[in-house]
Amino acid sequence: MTALTERDLIATSGARTGADARSPRKRTRGVGGAITRWVGIAIVAVYCLAPFYWMLVSSFRTTNDIFDTSLLPTTWSLESYAQVFDSSNDFGRSLLNSLIVAGTTTILALVLGIFAAYAIARLKFRFKSGILAVIIATSMFPGIAVVVPLLRLFTDIGWINTYQAMIVPSLSFAIPLAVWNLTTFMKQLPHDLEQAAMIDGCTKWQAFTKILLPLAAPGVFTTAILTFIHSWNEFIIALSMANDPAIQTATVAISKFTGASDFQAPFGAQMAAGVVVTIPLMIVVLIFQRRIVDGLTSGATK
Amino acid sequence: MMQRRRDRRIVVGLAFAAAAAITLTACSGSGSSGGSTPAAEATLEGTGPIQYVSSPDASGAAQATIDAWNAEHPDEQVTWVELPLDADQQRQQMVQNAQVEGSSYSVLNLDVVWTSEFAANRWITPLPEDALPVDELVPATVEAASYRDTLYGAPYYTDGALLYSRTDLLTAAGVTAPPETWAEMQAACDAVLALPQAAGVSCYAGQFDKNEGLTVNFSEAVASAGGSLFDAEGKPTVDTPEALTALEFLVDGFESGMIPRDAITFQEEQGRQAFQEGKLVFLRNWPYIYKSLSATDGSSSVSGNFGVSAIPGEDGPGVSTLGGRNIAISSYAENKATALEFIAFFTSREQEQERLALSSRAPVFPEFFEDQTVTASYPYLPTLLTSLDNAQPRPKVVAYGATTAAIQDEIYAALTGDKTPDAALADLQTKLTEITAG
Amino acid sequence: MATLLLSPTFIVLVLVIVYPLLSAVYQSLFSAESGLDADGFVVEGESFVGLGNYADIFAGAESGRFYNALWNTTFFTFVTVALETVIGVAFAVAMNRAFKGRAFLRAAILIPWAIPTAVSGLLWRWIFQSNGIANDLLNTQVLWTAEGFAAQVAVIIAEVWKTAPFIGLLVLAGMQLIPEEVYEAAKLDGANAWKQFVSITLPLVRPALLVAVLFRLLDALRMFDLPFVLIGPRKSSVETLSILAWDESNQLQYGTASAFAIILLVYVALIAFVFIRVLGADVVGDADKQAEKAARKQAARAAKEAGR
Repeated sequence: MTALTERDLIATSGARTGADARSPRKRTRGVGGAITRWVGIAIVAVYCLAPFYWMLVSSFRTTNDIFDTSLLPTTWSLESYAQVFDSSNDFGRSLLNSLIVAGTTTILALVLGIFAAYAIARLKFRFKSGILAVIIATSMFPGIAVVVPLLRLFTDIGWINTYQAMIVPSLSFAIPLAVWNLTTFMKQLPHDLEQAAMIDGCTKWQAFTKILLPLAAPGVFTTAILTFIHSWNEFIIALSMANDPAIQTATVAISKFTGASDFQAPFGAQMAAGVVVTIPLMIVVLIFQRRIVDGLTSGATK
Repeated sequence: MMQRRRDRRIVVGLAFAAAAAITLTACSGSGSSGGSTPAAEATLEGTGPIQYVSSPDASGAAQATIDAWNAEHPDEQVTWVELPLDADQQRQQMVQNAQVEGSSYSVLNLDVVWTSEFAANRWITPLPEDALPVDELVPATVEAASYRDTLYGAPYYTDGALLYSRTDLLTAAGVTAPPETWAEMQAACDAVLALPQAAGVSCYAGQFDKNEGLTVNFSEAVASAGGSLFDAEGKPTVDTPEALTALEFLVDGFESGMIPRDAITFQEEQGRQAFQEGKLVFLRNWPYIYKSLSATDGSSSVSGNFGVSAIPGEDGPGVSTLGGRNIAISSYAENKATALEFIAFFTSREQEQERLALSSRAPVFPEFFEDQTVTASYPYLPTLLTSLDNAQPRPKVVAYGATTAAIQDEIYAALTGDKTPDAALADLQTKLTEITAG
Repeated sequence: MATLLLSPTFIVLVLVIVYPLLSAVYQSLFSAESGLDADGFVVEGESFVGLGNYADIFAGAESGRFYNALWNTTFFTFVTVALETVIGVAFAVAMNRAFKGRAFLRAAILIPWAIPTAVSGLLWRWIFQSNGIANDLLNTQVLWTAEGFAAQVAVIIAEVWKTAPFIGLLVLAGMQLIPEEVYEAAKLDGANAWKQFVSITLPLVRPALLVAVLFRLLDALRMFDLPFVLIGPRKSSVETLSILAWDESNQLQYGTASAFAIILLVYVALIAFVFIRVLGADVVGDADKQAEKAARKQAARAAKEAGR
């Protein structure tokens, strides 16, 4: 293994991208190109953020002028946030539950997905396409048709009000995505590096963990983020499988927010909660984003 | 060649998955059919902890009642299982629980319109005749908690329609009394809209989005025109002249602009908002908006300038539908004796009175409606009681979901001009006949 | 070895999907007894109707509603996925660029995907209200949440906004695998940015893009929450097959609801199959050692072509 330094790896792998590598290209562009690029970036940012901005603004309005269409609240208010974190909601607990459910789902999906993808991308055996077909077929079944049979099953085996009753169904989306995405990724990675490593005395396992996995990092982190968010936002299964407030997830907690009466949707509190559940995800993404985008390079060149 | 082999593999793969699990089918089938049927006259036995399954309650009033109960009954604690705010989701959760015959739901907080369905499917247990002081309650609420003359639920709170009107504009136009008929309402509008200060104001709105609110508004209109959706035997009667008058009132309203065009997207809240912003002379809505309209912090531009009356009809005061909630016992519950005792406690006069201090939900005991200490906080209650005296329950049919869907489909088509009123009602009659047949 | 690596995946998937699937197939062959007995109780039990539920769906009195939902589902799927693909790839290109503040841009692009659908459905509902901000900004009086084409447009806008980041992120990950030398070679040959994009980036991110689009197709065909929350149930211009299945089960017609679910499953499988056959044979294709060499060759060829 020592024969193969990270630097060699980068040089041969071709997985190198990122800021440093790109800079020469930037210089070749004219001023016009730069303007076009910034305009493009501005359009993208506005497109993504404008509705979110509306959510943010709405969350700072008072209940009485929640329907205003002014671009800034006429009166700034934290009343919606106070409602979200009202002690009777125990919203912090719900956030923690969401974190447990989505985190476990993501880790399980990644572990199982990495193994399965490795097998499909690197090992020789029969019925590969069949297996891939079956795996993806499981994410074709309409979610609403799954609830009642699963409720019956989980009632029978005593899983109601447990985390696994929410985690296991989430895997039906997460695993197929992880397997398919990682298989594509691993297939595109050059095979000769692992072979070289094995010639140098690495075991298959070492070649896998030290070479293939780091190279696949962008794929792994991307899959992680997508599955985490997907299961973080899951609602109907979480609602049906848990009725104990101590175990309910954030989306379920939001559905139980109340307005002043049965007819009044607590719009402000829902928007505030939307902001509250979105912000931690953004922080996670910002922390991991170097990993997602730069893959191995940023780590290796330090 | 390569392609073909691949296809076969996919097929084989799927077949494998199917085959692998056929063994499971054998175990999965039996669920819904057969099974135990709770006998109608089963005694309610067992004491111990129970669950109260309900929509959330922002006022904290229901929680106060439960706390009071729990303080007195250490061995029969009530836990609140909170369901989502959305009524469809509440019903869905309760139906799912009935599907799997779950015992974790003991006492159910049911919308009045679900009562027949839950009773006919034996998902809830009939209550003993002497369990509640039924003679002392508003009669319409007891009617709405019964199915085929058997009491299945305890009336919890009630609701009825009110006509909100802009008294300032009406007075300025020389209209002194709230309208009792649709014609009077139109005349009042004509007078008001001629005023310079009524620029941009529309005459009337209710709830016309494709939603339960549309069923409510349509059945109120039919009843207010002297008709009904179903006759005493439960046969649909929407192909009648009365129903046509009612539907034409709404359709013509949209056509003439008496009802503003965007009211087709109104549920309760959008209508409240429009009225509160001073864009409507009249609004049909529930009592809950009274408080927002009266707000004096500047959020309501009609504060102090509106009044309530019974909704108008074709030839005289109209007929409200009945809203509200009942509390019932799940057939699959354990500790039914505790459950019965709890619902009697929960809906008792004392607890209703306690809750009035916290919640504006209308009580089911008539005396509160005229009690001056109560009406001081809720001045609309006497009007609401008049409204409830005439009120008719929405169709009491078992397949309420299909019924309200059919009504919404046809009436919405008529309001949007996709169908003529005649055709819509003829189609509705056919659909409802199908739904209630058998 | 492969069995060992794959079996955990299969165990979980069997547990979550096979039981519900078989129970749905079984249920779809039955019809609930209709009618009430003399005491007003619902007659219990179900009768075996074979394929009767399916026949009713395809040719019964209500079949118009099914075909309408099928059309809506198909229409929404193809329009939204096409738009998402274009926008998603644009996102990926933007995110892949080096510039100050790109961390911010990446987080911004993910926000739409991160907001829970139930919340973003509500958000869009208020945006599209008759007196909401959309009409304010456009200075129109469109009734977005009523029936009609405007409602479909509203659903498409909200759906594309929400899910384009999914494609963007997966494509971005695919872009990380493109060797920089390929671009450099092309640049030496004088290829401009657009040419590089068309002849290098696109062909090389193709596998990642196909997987992203495939999963979006599967999801879009089952679209439920957004039209449901934004426009409402039983509005024929936005009723999808999933909403139809929900509506049937809401009215306790479990047989018909299950039949709809099975039909939807078959339809999704069919579209996925056609998609894989037509566009992405190499996604499923057996992995062999040639694949990677072929990819390299293709990259080199692409670079050469770009230079021409």
